[in-house]
Amino acid sequence: MNFRKMLLASAALSCAAMPIQAIADTSAKKIALSNNYAGNSWRQAMLTSWEKVAGEAVKAGIVAAADPFTTAENQATEQAAQIQNMILQGYDAIVLNAASPTALNGAVKEACDAGITVVSFDGIVTEPCAWRIAVDFKEMGRSQVEYLSKKLPSGGNLLEIRGLAGVFVDDEISAGIHAGVAQFPQFKIVGSVHGDWAQDVAQKAVAGILPSLPDVAAVVTQGGDGYGAAEAFAAAKRPIPTIIMGNRQDELKWWKEQKDANGYETMSVSIAPGVSTLAFWVAQQILDGKEVKKDLVVPFLSISQDTLETNLANTQEGGVANVEYSQADAEKVIAEAK
Amino acid sequence: MKRALPSDSIRLLIPALSLTILLIAVFYLQPRAMSYVGLNLLFNLAVPIALATIAQMLIMTVNDLDLSMGTFVSFVACVAATFLQATPVIGVLILVAAIATYAALGVLIHVRTLPSIVVTLGMSFVWGGLAVLILPAPGGHAPEWARAVMISRPPLVPMAIIACVVIAMVAHFVIMRSSIGVILRGVGGNARSVERAGWSILGARAATYALAAFFAILAGISLVGLTTSADANIALRYTLLSIAGVILGGGEFTGGRVSPIGAVIGALTLTLAGSFLSFLRISPDWQIGAQGAILIVVLGLRLLLNRLENREKRS
Repeated sequence: MNFRKMLLASAALSCAAMPIQAIADTSAKKIALSNNYAGNSWRQAMLTSWEKVAGEAVKAGIVAAADPFTTAENQATEQAAQIQNMILQGYDAIVLNAASPTALNGAVKEACDAGITVVSFDGIVTEPCAWRIAVDFKEMGRSQVEYLSKKLPSGGNLLEIRGLAGVFVDDEISAGIHAGVAQFPQFKIVGSVHGDWAQDVAQKAVAGILPSLPDVAAVVTQGGDGYGAAEAFAAAKRPIPTIIMGNRQDELKWWKEQKDANGYETMSVSIAPGVSTLAFWVAQQILDGKEVKKDLVVPFLSISQDTLETNLANTQEGGVANVEYSQADAEKVIAEAK
Repeated sequence: MKRALPSDSIRLLIPALSLTILLIAVFYLQPRAMSYVGLNLLFNLAVPIALATIAQMLIMTVNDLDLSMGTFVSFVACVAATFLQATPVIGVLILVAAIATYAALGVLIHVRTLPSIVVTLGMSFVWGGLAVLILPAPGGHAPEWARAVMISRPPLVPMAIIACVVIAMVAHFVIMRSSIGVILRGVGGNARSVERAGWSILGARAATYALAAFFAILAGISLVGLTTSADANIALRYTLLSIAGVILGGGEFTGGRVSPIGAVIGALTLTLAGSFLSFLRISPDWQIGAQGAILIVVLGLRLLLNRLENREKRS
C-alpha cells in the first residue's frame, strides 16, 4: 500500500514536472537556413556542418525540419526575396548568414511580424527584432598582438595582411590589430597589404612589398593568407618571421612541417564554420521558449603549438579547422550572455 | 490600324501567359501564397525591379542599352537612405543633378555617336564609386514617407499589385499614348524620318535619358522603402534583371519596339521565377541554370509566335 502510494505520488510528480520541461515542444517546429554564398571552403564547411548537426536533430525528432537554402547569386535583393519566400513556406525560425547587415532589414522585419524567430550569425543583420551571434573580430585582431608580445617581449616590426577592402570584417580585424599595437607599443606596423583572404593574392601582395621593408619580426593576418605570406618570404630568401595563421588546412600543414623541421612556433586563429550549428541550437532554444539575449558572442577557435596536431588531423584537405556545436554549447553561450 | 492592334496584343500575350502559368504553379506549390499577405510577400520586391525595367525600356526605346542601371539604382538607394532622409533639400538637389547627368549622357552619346554600352559601362563605375563615398559601410535610414508607402496595406488589393498596375499604366500612357512617346519610339524605329519631320533627335534622346533616370530614381527610393536601409551594392543585379525584364515582356533591342505593360509583366515573371524555383527546392547550383531555362522557354515561345505573325502578314 505504502509502495503503491509512493508510485502514485511519483507518477503525479513526474506528470506535474513534465509540462514544465516540455513547456514548448520544438518537435513540430521548422527551421530554415538562409545563406548568401557558398563559393569558398569556409562556407562549404559551414553548410556541411549544418547538414550534419541539424540533420541529426531532425532524425532525433528535436525539430521537424532544418532546410538549408543558398541564393544563386551573392546579392542582398535576392536574399531578401528568399527570406520572404521562407515566410510563405511557414518556417518557425530562420537562421541567417546575411549578404548585407542592413539591406535585409525590411525582409527580416516582415518575418518577425509574421511571428518568425530570426537568428543571424557571421553576417549579422542590424534589425532589432532579430538575434545576432556575432564574432568579436576586434578581439581576434588584438589577441594576435597579445600573443606576439609574449613570444617576442622585445617587440619588433610587423607586416599586416588585410582582407578584402571595404568589407566590415576587414575593418574590424584591422582595428583590433591596431588597438593591440597601441597596447603593446614595442611593436610597429611597417607595412600593410590586402591579401583578400586568399593565399595566392596574399603571396603576390607580400612579394611586392617585401623589398621595401626592413626586418620583419612577425606577420599579423586575417586568415587564409598565412601560407601565401610564408611562400613569399621563402621566395625572397628572407628569414621566416612569426606568421599568425588562420586555421586553413594548408596553413596548418605548413606550420606542422616547419615545427617538425626547426621547432617553428606560432598560433592560429579564426572562426569555426560550425558557428552555423551554434545558430541552429540558439534558434531551437528560442523556439523552446528560453529567454535569450538579442546579442550573443561566439568564441573564436584558436590553435596553439600543442593543439596543432589534433586540429590538423581533423581538418580536411583544402578545408578549415572546424568545431560543431551541441545543444549544451548553445545553452552555455546563452547563459554567459545573461 | 486594324492590323496594329492584334499584333500588339500578341506581343503581350506570351508574357501574360507565362506569368499566369508561373502564378498557378506557385499557388499549387505553396497555397499560403494565395492570400493578401502572400501576394504582397511574393511581389513587393518586384516593384523596384519593375521601375528599373521601365527605365531600361526607355533607354532601349532609342536603341541604346544602359549597363549602369544596377549601380545607378544602388547610388540612388544610398542617397535616399542618407541625404534624402536627413536633409531632403540636398537630397532632392542630388537627385535632380543625377537626372541632369543622365540627360547630358544622352546628349554626349548622340553628339559623339558613342556606343551607349561603353558610356554607361564607364558610368557604372562612377555611380558605384559615388555610392561607396556616400555610404562607405552599409547603413542609413529610409525616409519615413518611402517606408510608409512601401509597407502600406490598402484594403482588398496588396500594395505591390496596385503599384505594379499604376507603374504599367503610367508608363503605357507616356510611351504608347502621348505625343512625346511617339517621337521617342520614332527615334528608335527610324531616326532619320523623325528628324526630317522637324523634331530634334538630340532633344528626344536627352529627354529619354532624363525620363529613364527619373524611373530609376523611383526604383531606388522604393527599394530603400522596402529594405529600410541601403548598401552600396544593393541593386547590382538590376542591370541584367531590367534588360531581361524588357525582353521577356516583348520588347526588342532595336527598332523602338517596346511594351511598357509587357515590361512590368516581365519584371513580375522574373521575380516569380525565383520564388518558384525556391519553392521547388532546387539546389542553388542549378538555380541560375533553371532561371535561364525559364527565360529561354519564354523567348522560344515568342520567336514561334513572331514567325506565325509574319506568316499571317505575308498571306
